[in-house]
Amino acid sequence: MINRGRLPLIPLLACLALPAAAQNLDPASIAKPLSDSWPTYSGDYSGMRYSSLTQVNQSNVKHLTLAWVSKITAGLGRSAPARGFGGGAPAVPTIVGGEGTGDLNEVGGRSSRIVGAVLEVDGFLYVSTPDNAWAIDARNGQLQWHYVWKTKGGTHTGNRGMAMWHGYLYFETPDDFLVSLDARTGKERWHKIIADFSEQYFSTPAPIVVGNHVLVGTGNDLDAPAPLQSFDPETGEVQWTWYATPQKKGDPGLESWANLDAAKHGGGPMWIPGSYDPETHLYILGTGNPTPAYTSGTRGEGANLYTCALVAVNVDTGKMAWYYQTSPHDTHDWDSTQTPILTDAEFRGQKRKLVMQATRNGYYFVLDRVTGEHLVTGKFSPAANWAKGVDAQGHPIRNPKKDFDVAGALVSPTNAGATNWMPPAFSPETGMFYVQSEDSYSMYYLTELDPRGSMGLGGKEERDAGTFGTYLTAIDYHTGEIAWRHHYSGSGAWGGTNVGHGVLTTAGKLMFTGDPSGNFVAYEPTKGTALWHAQLGEVSNSPETYMIDGKQYVLIGAVDSLYAFVLQD
Amino acid sequence: MRRTLGFLALLACVPFWTVSANAQPPARGGAATGPGRGSAFGERPPADPAAVERGKGLFTTRCGFCHGPDARGGEDGPNLLRSELVLDDKNGESIGTVVKQGRPGTEMPAFDFTDAQISDIAAYIHSFHVGGRDTIRKAPPSIVVGDATAGAAYFQAKCAACHSATGDLNGIASRISDPKTLQQAWLMPGGRGGRGAAPPAELKPVTVTVTLNSGEKFEGRLKRIDDFTVSLIDHDGMLRTFPRDGDRPKVQVHDPLDAHRELLAGYTDKDIHDLTAYMVTLK
Repeated sequence: MINRGRLPLIPLLACLALPAAAQNLDPASIAKPLSDSWPTYSGDYSGMRYSSLTQVNQSNVKHLTLAWVSKITAGLGRSAPARGFGGGAPAVPTIVGGEGTGDLNEVGGRSSRIVGAVLEVDGFLYVSTPDNAWAIDARNGQLQWHYVWKTKGGTHTGNRGMAMWHGYLYFETPDDFLVSLDARTGKERWHKIIADFSEQYFSTPAPIVVGNHVLVGTGNDLDAPAPLQSFDPETGEVQWTWYATPQKKGDPGLESWANLDAAKHGGGPMWIPGSYDPETHLYILGTGNPTPAYTSGTRGEGANLYTCALVAVNVDTGKMAWYYQTSPHDTHDWDSTQTPILTDAEFRGQKRKLVMQATRNGYYFVLDRVTGEHLVTGKFSPAANWAKGVDAQGHPIRNPKKDFDVAGALVSPTNAGATNWMPPAFSPETGMFYVQSEDSYSMYYLTELDPRGSMGLGGKEERDAGTFGTYLTAIDYHTGEIAWRHHYSGSGAWGGTNVGHGVLTTAGKLMFTGDPSGNFVAYEPTKGTALWHAQLGEVSNSPETYMIDGKQYVLIGAVDSLYAFVLQD
Repeated sequence: MRRTLGFLALLACVPFWTVSANAQPPARGGAATGPGRGSAFGERPPADPAAVERGKGLFTTRCGFCHGPDARGGEDGPNLLRSELVLDDKNGESIGTVVKQGRPGTEMPAFDFTDAQISDIAAYIHSFHVGGRDTIRKAPPSIVVGDATAGAAYFQAKCAACHSATGDLNGIASRISDPKTLQQAWLMPGGRGGRGAAPPAELKPVTVTVTLNSGEKFEGRLKRIDDFTVSLIDHDGMLRTFPRDGDRPKVQVHDPLDAHRELLAGYTDKDIHDLTAYMVTLK
C-alpha cells in the first residue's frame, strides 16, 4: 500500500463540473486504498479497515493525545449548549425534515449513540444516529449543521452511517426513508421510501455509493421480503431490487423452501453494508436470518436460500453472480450480515482474490470472491456447540437437537452471537483477520408447541446461562485457525447490536479498537500487546483515521461524543 | 396502532440483546401498558364461538384449498395470518372488499358471500394467534423431563465438592418453585435470567489478590477490573485502585462461579435435565 499523499484530491475535484470544490467526493476515489480520507462505511470498498497512514506508528503511539472532543445532541431541541456567561458554543443551524410529527423523536437514548461509520471528506466529518445527521469540522470538532428527521417511529436500534456522492449525502431512517442532503448546508434534497413502514421494516444500514448507484439494505424482524435496492444518486429513482429469497414461481432457490409463500416471507434482510470489488463489479454482502427465525418447520427441511449467506450481486444488473451459505437453515436468528473483507493474497501457493467473513454463528469462512468457491472454514468461537461439524463444502452441519427444547437446550453462541455488527479488520502485513468475539451460552426453551410455529422471532425463550467473556481474536486466514486471542479482563457479555467495537489496522503497524470496559486501545497486531490506551467510559463505534494538513487523526465514537487523537507535537 | 403497540410489547419482553430494546423511542410507556402485552400482536377480544364455527365451515369449504385450512397458506394462496390487510382488518371490512371483488390478475377470484358470512370468516381467521409469545397460549408442559436418579449421581460426581443436598441446597426447590427458574439458578447462580429470573442468589463475592512487584499484597472484594486498572475494596472498606501493565502487578481473581462456568462446555442437555429432575426433589 502506498500513501497517495496529501494533494491528489484537490486537483481532481477542480476538474469536476459539479458543485464547489469543497465537500465533494468523486465516487471513483472510493475505490482507492484507504489513506487520507474516510469516504465510505469501511473507509474503502475492501472492508479491510487497513489504513496506509504511518505518521502514528508503533514507535510513537504512546505520544497520542487528545486533539478535540465533539458532543452531539440528538432531537429537535437546541443543538448546542446555550451561550452562558462564558460564551459557549455558537448555535448550529438545524434543518428539520421528515413525515412524522416530531413527538416520537428522542433527545438521548439510541438517537444519541454513535454506532456507525463517520465519513471524512475534504476536512469535514459526517456523523449520523437514528433520525439525526451532523457535519463537523474535522480539524477542531466544531459542529457545522444538524439535520433532524421527524420520525414516524420504528425500531431505533442504531444508524450505521452515511454515504456520499459528489456534494450529496445519503442516510437511512428507522421509518424506512432514504434521505439525501446537501453536504455543505445539511439541506434536504429529497427523501424516498425504502420499504413499507407498516410491515415493520426498520432501516439502520449505511448506504454504499458505487459509481452511479446508492446501494440500500433494510431490516425486518417479522416476515416481510428482504430487498437490496439500488437508487439513482441524482434522482432517487430505484434502479433495481434484489431480494434475498425467491419472490415468484421459477425464481432460483425456491426448491430450498417448503413453498413460495414460505420463501417470499423467508427473511434474509441485509442490514449491514457489503464490500465491493471494482474489477468484477460485484457487491458482496451477507444476508440475514430466515424467518420464522426459530420455529422453522414452515420453512421446510431445505437450506432456505439465500438467507444467512454471502452473496455477490452485480451492481450494474442487480443479478446475483454467486452465493455461499454460511448457516444453511439457520434456527437461532444468527444473521450472516457481518462485513465481508476482500483482499488479494497468497493462498496455497497462488495469489487469490479472496473474501472472508467471521459470522455471528461462530464460524469463519474464506472464499474465492470471483467464483464463490469455498476455500476455508474455521471456528473462531471455541464454545460454539450448535453444529455437528462441517460438510465437504465447509458448511457447518446444524445439530437440530441444539435448536431448542421444551426442557431447554444449552447452546453457544447466545442470540447476540459470537460476533455481531462490529466491523472486523484485516492486515495484509500480518495476514491476520481481527474480530471481536464472545464465548457465551444460553438455554433455548421451546415455548411454541403448535407445529405450525410462530412468526418472526417468536416461539422460544432464551435465558442466559453464563459467559466466559469477550475476546479480541486474530485468525490466520490460511487455515481459519485462531492465531491468538486476548481475553478482556472483567468483560461480561457485550450484548448485541447497540454496542460493539470494530477494529482498525494501519501501516503504522498498529491495531486500534475499543475494549468492553470503555478503553480505547492501540495494540501491536502480531501478538495483541497493548501499547496505548485512553479510558473513555464506553466505546461505541469503530476507530477510523484520516490525515489533514499533514496531521494524522485517530477518531473514535464514545456514545454521544467523538474523540480525535493526534501525536503530541 | 394496535399492531404497533403489540410489536413494542414483544420487544419489551424479549431478552434485551435480541432486538435490543428498540422499544425505546416510540414506546413512551405504551409497551408496558398496551393491550397486547405479552404477545407479538395485540389480542383481539374473543369472538362469538358460533360465528367462529360458522366462519370455519365457510373458510375450509371455499377458501382453505388455496389459503390452507388453517389460513397459513395453501396450494397457491398466501398465508393470511401474516397478511397486512388481514392484520389491519377488524370485522371483515377490509377482507370483504378483496373477497367480493377478487384480485384481478391473480388467482384470487371474486366470491358472492354476504356481509354476515364475511364477518364470520373474518372471525375465524382472527381466531388464530399469530405471535409466539401470546401469554394466553397453553403453557408448555413441565420442563422436568429428566431422570432424577441419574441427576443425583451427576450431582455426587460434579457438584458435591461445593454443595450439599442437606446443607446449602436444603429446600432449594421450595425456595424456587418454578422448575425453569430453578434450572437457570443452578446453571448460573445470579445469572441474567430474562423473564421470571431467579431471585438474586446470595452469592459469595468475587475477591482479588494484588501482589505488587515489591511483594506487598492487597486483598479484598473485586470492585472493577479491566486490562489497565484493578480496583478492590479492602478489609477496612477502602477502595484501592492499581494500574496494570501486562502481568504486573500480579492479579489473581477468585470467582466462586468459575466452577459453574467450567462445567458449561461439558454438559449434555440430558445432564442438565437429569440434574434439574433431581433438584426439584430437594424441597
